[in-house]
Amino acid sequence: MSNIASNVSMPSTEASADNKATDHAVGNRSDHVVEVRRLSKSFDEVEVLRDIDLEVSSGDVVTILGSSGSGKSTLLRCINWLEKPDRGTIHISGQRIGIDENSRKPMSQKALAKMRAKTAMVFQSFNLWPHLTVLNNVTEAPIHVQGKKREEAEALALSFLEKVGMAHKRDAYPFTLSGGQKQRVAIARALAMQPEVILFDEPTSALDPELVGEVLGVIKSLSAEGYTMVIVTHEMDFARAVSDQVVFLEKGLLIEKADPETFFTQPKTDRVKRFLEKQH
Amino acid sequence: MTNWDIVWDSRDLLWQGFLNTLSLFSVAIALAFLLGCLIVYRLEDPKTRWRLPLRSFIDIMRMLPFLVLVYLLYYGLPSAGIRLEAWWAGLIGLTFYHGAYFAEILRGCRVTLSNGQIEAAYAHGFTPSRMFIRLILPQLMIQARPLIGNQLVYALKDTAFLFIITVKDLTWAANSISATYFVPTEAFVAVIGFYWLISLVMEMAIRYAGRFGHKRGFDHV
Ligand SMILES: Nc1ncnc2c1ncn2[C@@H]1O[C@H](COP(=O)(O)OP(=O)(O)OP(=O)(O)O)[C@@H](O)[C@H]1O
Ligand SMILES: [Mg+2]
Repeated sequence: MSNIASNVSMPSTEASADNKATDHAVGNRSDHVVEVRRLSKSFDEVEVLRDIDLEVSSGDVVTILGSSGSGKSTLLRCINWLEKPDRGTIHISGQRIGIDENSRKPMSQKALAKMRAKTAMVFQSFNLWPHLTVLNNVTEAPIHVQGKKREEAEALALSFLEKVGMAHKRDAYPFTLSGGQKQRVAIARALAMQPEVILFDEPTSALDPELVGEVLGVIKSLSAEGYTMVIVTHEMDFARAVSDQVVFLEKGLLIEKADPETFFTQPKTDRVKRFLEKQH
Repeated sequence: MTNWDIVWDSRDLLWQGFLNTLSLFSVAIALAFLLGCLIVYRLEDPKTRWRLPLRSFIDIMRMLPFLVLVYLLYYGLPSAGIRLEAWWAGLIGLTFYHGAYFAEILRGCRVTLSNGQIEAAYAHGFTPSRMFIRLILPQLMIQARPLIGNQLVYALKDTAFLFIITVKDLTWAANSISATYFVPTEAFVAVIGFYWLISLVMEMAIRYAGRFGHKRGFDHV
């Protein structure tokens, strides 16, 4: 375990030293892993997100709630620039993603890839790479994106597969796994990037009810270990248990932002009250 | 002396023809496959300016009979001041012709890959080129393997046309033995043996690749 921890901390301390240097230039953002400012996004003239502000501190779990179509996925996908926002800024550990700060132009593919590698994402439909074994799914990006040596990447991958309870399937191919198993491998794949934040987009929505628990259990254990996570979910009990902060989206507006106790017991808006009543 | 003895005595000629066919074929399909991959990679970018030229290239190659292309390269180009040796005309013809087919095959498989795993690659820091090489291309090759196998057989058969532009390939060897000694059946049967040998090796390679795909659950092609 201590072995893993030292592996984990080595690259990230280097990274944060880097960030400190840039933080002076852009103002002090060192305490926010993710900072979203006045983010807006339209699809075909329809505004899906409007003036969203969101900040995620290191070690925090932020859950995004809201009814279907309210823009939760779009917000999450803007954070790692899978969707390009129309307006607003997003910083990951103090560094702007998507737009080059100097030239004000879109980042090069290479620079963008480098920024994205600071984040990782877990998708509703798992999105494992079907031609690779479980182990190689987890080592693929560390080796071919981060340039790690194979032995190092495999040791790291196995430790994360262990953590999600999938080490025994290291040589299996994704099509032989259950949904819950696939999602746990996808989580190990995300962890193996040693990202500064992990983004989850409804990680249990594609799972049979009896498989939801195993995946939520893994995510809970990650929050206990201090991982920084942004989670879109429809699982209210889980959100309440795991979050440091809950935000609620409604038609592209962020209408409520609170700690989970306040959010679930004394919501400020009628909209959230109605939303919570419908859940039970 | 039987007809077979005559063919046996001409074995050097056949062997030469075999080596010519084999070298031309293997270099050409390697280049054609590379060309196909490059085209598909270029078409990955939805906004690329290459789209129209590349699509037109593929369509033109697909409507052109191979022999006509080779005639154009060998007999047509000199009037534009470009004189190619037969072997090179053959190589270029095979490469472009089958490159276009490979591009079309890979393109067809590309649209069946889920967008989600591509997004997963971007989300984990892949650049488009690295993602293509590491994640898309291997899957295209696994998925397209039966079609690639067919295309290889077509390419092999197309090499036989090249004797018309004086490439000294297997078919040329058979033709010249049969013309010199008038043993057409034996000469061409011998040559069929050689073609069959090459096809057999390819067949085995494709079947091996099939097991590779089967293990990964790629059986739905
Ligand atoms: N690529 C796209 N092109 C056009 N419209 C889109 C696109 N992606 C999302 N939208 C629209 O944007 C709105 C917000 O979508 P989004 O997926 O962010 O919602 P969501 O809150 O994640 O919903 P759900 O809970 O159903 O996943 C929806 O109206 C959706 O139809
Ligand atoms: Mg969604």
